Amino acid sequence: MVEAVLCVVRRDLLLAWRRRSDIATALLFFIIVASLFPLGIGFEPNLLRAIAPGVIWVAALLSSMLSLSRLFAADHADGTLEQMLLGASPLGVIAAAKAAAHWIVSGLPLALIAPLIALQYDLPAALTPVLALSLLLGTPVLSLIGAIGAALTLGVRGGGILLSLLVLPLYVPVLILGAGSVEMASAGMGGDGQLLLLAALLVASCAFAPWAIASALRISME
Amino acid sequence: MLEASGLQCARQGRTLFRSLTFSVAAGERLRIAGANGSGKTSLLRILCGLLAPNEGEVRWKGAPIGTLKEEYTKEIVYLGHAPAVKDDLTPAENLEISCKLAGLTVKADAGLARLGVPADVPVRKLSQGQRRRAALARLAVSESVPLWLLDEPYAALDTQAAATVDALIAAHAARGGAVIFTTHQETGAGASRVLELHG
Repeated sequence: MVEAVLCVVRRDLLLAWRRRSDIATALLFFIIVASLFPLGIGFEPNLLRAIAPGVIWVAALLSSMLSLSRLFAADHADGTLEQMLLGASPLGVIAAAKAAAHWIVSGLPLALIAPLIALQYDLPAALTPVLALSLLLGTPVLSLIGAIGAALTLGVRGGGILLSLLVLPLYVPVLILGAGSVEMASAGMGGDGQLLLLAALLVASCAFAPWAIASALRISME
Repeated sequence: MLEASGLQCARQGRTLFRSLTFSVAAGERLRIAGANGSGKTSLLRILCGLLAPNEGEVRWKGAPIGTLKEEYTKEIVYLGHAPAVKDDLTPAENLEISCKLAGLTVKADAGLARLGVPADVPVRKLSQGQRRRAALARLAVSESVPLWLLDEPYAALDTQAAATVDALIAAHAARGGAVIFTTHQETGAGASRVLELHG
């Protein structure tokens, strides 16, 4: 079973590497969206500092959405998804591996580059670790929840828009906790509470999302 | 080995077949024949568990396949319409990954050589027929899997590759495996039985 997980993760990373431009687009999208706000709002340090956590988190949400529709669509089109359904390991395990690979490609880079983006907003240096940590804890949840939506909208015409409508509302708790942790920390109250809640959310979605993704895939593949 | 009883399938409100009952024993080669749209692919998808029949059930060695889950899928190879190979990977990588997911450890090169597919060229650069061959190479390394379900295995193949597939199917049946395949051509490949679907 572990072998199957490693096999799927390695496969998806290899495929992502062979199509590097796709990763780069999602990451550039994040950087550009997050950079538009300081340009549009103007140079007002206090305002920028205040909106930084929210804007960076919204940009992360949208960028993680971008690559979701590709998560299962390509495998569905060339028939490899059918083979995964007929594999020797439970589909939930495969689904978890796909979500993990999606996070490594689309979530992890955001958490790593966020401290640089934070510079544009003049976010105090003490807050950048909190921001990066909140993204590290929150983006896997985005991948797991997003994968449920991607599996449900598989093969639906105009699935991309439907996927956003389905998934974005479910992202709200992650957004509130993620941005909230940085805001609380900047108010001097420490963001630990929000970060712990984010971690709890991550544990819960690791436990339940894979099976939801698996059921959704079975329904979509009929 | 495999028993289907009272299968009924309706797609988009049209009944494709009803009360379809048959069984497949070890060593048998069952060809499913029928016109386009008569439900050959749907039947195969029901047999491998991707599609739930509207009525009836499929049993593998006496147990319904719905309760067996991975215990059953471990015992079958299903090759569908889509070749199930990734364009960005080489045939060798494709075969290794699909075998690993199926729980098999194999030497991919031997299987690809049997079908005459170059191992290290990205699939994107191969022709349609070579892609089919890369997908069918799975059969050359699946001797240990008892049941093969093949949807149009001869599509887009030249006579030489078709002969190889014939030989693989015959060898599988000879060693006690069962093969169920669809084709609307009269190649037949020495099917031991033909099941005709009337749309």
